[in-house]
Amino acid sequence: MLKSLRAGFVMMKENITMALDNIRGNKVRSFLTLLGIMIGVMAVITLISTVSGVSGSISSSFSSMGVGTLTVTVTGSDLKSGMTPEDLEKITALEVVDGVVPSISLNGRVSYGGDVKTGISVAGRNAYYFQVNEEMILQGRALNFIDDDNRSYVCVISQEIIDEFFLGVNPIGETLYVSGLPFTVVGRYEEDSGGGVASIFSGGSPGVLIPYTTAMKVNNSDEVNSFTVYLAAGVDSSVAQTELENALDVIFDYEEDCYTVASMESIEETMNTMTTMLSSLLAGIASIALLVGGIGIMNMMLTTVTERTVEIGLKKALGAVPWQIQVQFLLESFLLSMIGGLLGVAMGLILSYILCHVLGTSFVINGGAILLGVGFSAAVGIIFGWAPARKASKLNPIDALRAV
Amino acid sequence: MAENEVFFRMREIDKDYPLAGESVHVLKKVSLTIEEGDYLSILGPSGSGKTTLMNIIGCLDTPTAGEYTLRGREVEDLDEEELAHLRNREIGFIFQNSQLLPRLTARKNVELPLIYAGVRPKERRARAEAMLERVGLKDRMEHLPTQLSGGQQQRVAIARAMVGEPSILLADEPTGALDQKTGAQIMKLFRELNEENRTIIMITHDMNIAAHARRVVHIVDGIISEEGGRIDDA
Repeated sequence: MLKSLRAGFVMMKENITMALDNIRGNKVRSFLTLLGIMIGVMAVITLISTVSGVSGSISSSFSSMGVGTLTVTVTGSDLKSGMTPEDLEKITALEVVDGVVPSISLNGRVSYGGDVKTGISVAGRNAYYFQVNEEMILQGRALNFIDDDNRSYVCVISQEIIDEFFLGVNPIGETLYVSGLPFTVVGRYEEDSGGGVASIFSGGSPGVLIPYTTAMKVNNSDEVNSFTVYLAAGVDSSVAQTELENALDVIFDYEEDCYTVASMESIEETMNTMTTMLSSLLAGIASIALLVGGIGIMNMMLTTVTERTVEIGLKKALGAVPWQIQVQFLLESFLLSMIGGLLGVAMGLILSYILCHVLGTSFVINGGAILLGVGFSAAVGIIFGWAPARKASKLNPIDALRAV
Repeated sequence: MAENEVFFRMREIDKDYPLAGESVHVLKKVSLTIEEGDYLSILGPSGSGKTTLMNIIGCLDTPTAGEYTLRGREVEDLDEEELAHLRNREIGFIFQNSQLLPRLTARKNVELPLIYAGVRPKERRARAEAMLERVGLKDRMEHLPTQLSGGQQQRVAIARAMVGEPSILLADEPTGALDQKTGAQIMKLFRELNEENRTIIMITHDMNIAAHARRVVHIVDGIISEEGGRIDDA
């Protein structure tokens, strides 16, 4: 046994050379066979890299806009249906809170001159919002505390509104009608500084922002049902959440189900779970391609064994023991599959680089995906090469030599 | 010849093959002894059982009954792996169609048995080159089989058979695929090798070829007999 083991080592180099020779000897057939593995691995790499690239950019846009905030949605009780400005001040007064931004949506037609547009979202915000996001004002001024206190009919507008109504006109000082009420345009802001993906979760980007107090007046309501709490610097979000919930419980007199508090972290977590599920699903689909590739390899190896019956018989006559024959053929299918796998990794990386570029997400080389692809193709080569190699090793040399 | 070592001894070998539910009796009580330096031909028509006899001599097949001792080892006791080692060490096969691997050079083909014997590459190469030189192919070592003539291919096969220093060169119709002139050259080489005290067993259906050997054994319907009545049943 020891001696044949040594013979095995001496043989390894010969085997690799011979296997590569055989793979080269049937170029077209080998290429078609390894194409299956190549495509499978390429799919695995591309899908995993692209999904992780997308989820990476989602979470980075979350952290750019969302970390350090809690979003409160109020459904209210029978006695109290929303938050009054005084309630909001109580929240603002909490030690863990830096500030509160109420969010009030208006459904209304927007018009300027003779133009009327529906489907433009108008939202009420407070002065604090513009303090926190001071870089968002590109022209004119932001809404301030005086506007809040006076319930002024002023607004800031996005580029979208300028494109709709003010082409070639300086909008500042013009009068825009919202639900029939005249608002003086005081500034222009940059939409959506928080990133495209994240805006889906913050309720879309409004085109017209007005003081929240004015919005409440227009809505004929003195309550707010949705607001964002900005936490004081260095405060842990779960601690803050508890404090916030305690305060809200007091406000709603310990009635149940009056509000929900969502942290960006929890939304991000849900997103991450979703992307993980998505990538496992896609990897599962891609492994079917690998399975098909493996069957291709098995088919080719079975053909090869049949074609090389004489060679096998000869080698046995010259003293090859069964396992040496098996190793030889196993090595051949292993190498074939590995070549396919490595080509697949290369193609997959190129493809996912292109895809990430197109999708505008960051390209991250996913080491796990590469390892998975290479490991998978190695396993496929061994598993699907096993039966043909075994068949070769079991050939009776007499029958094999007679097949001349 | 009593001073010569007995290489193998067959005693009352029977071989049956199952064929379509019946048992075909291919070899019947075959007894044969070969000594070092013998040059023996086994002559018989096709279907006489000579190929079966060759397979048993070459340890590719095992007898149904009887004793076969090769270099003091009882062949029927050996498993497949041990048989492979025995073939590697003791038998040098020469086939009718030379059976070279088409993608390997002449030298690599000759090295093949040494690879399975676990010989290191350097020594392997030296021994293969020496053997190819011996059969007159010094300048053809790096040629592929397709670049060699039929006679040259058979010489490579002979070099491959001898490279492991086996006890017996076992040739199955060694001139079967060659023209008469080339065949004669191969027979001359066999004669020379035998004169170097190599033991040769040659299987053929051709009386003229068989006549080159020092001993001629006839096989008909699985029964053997020797010209001059020398068959040893010792």
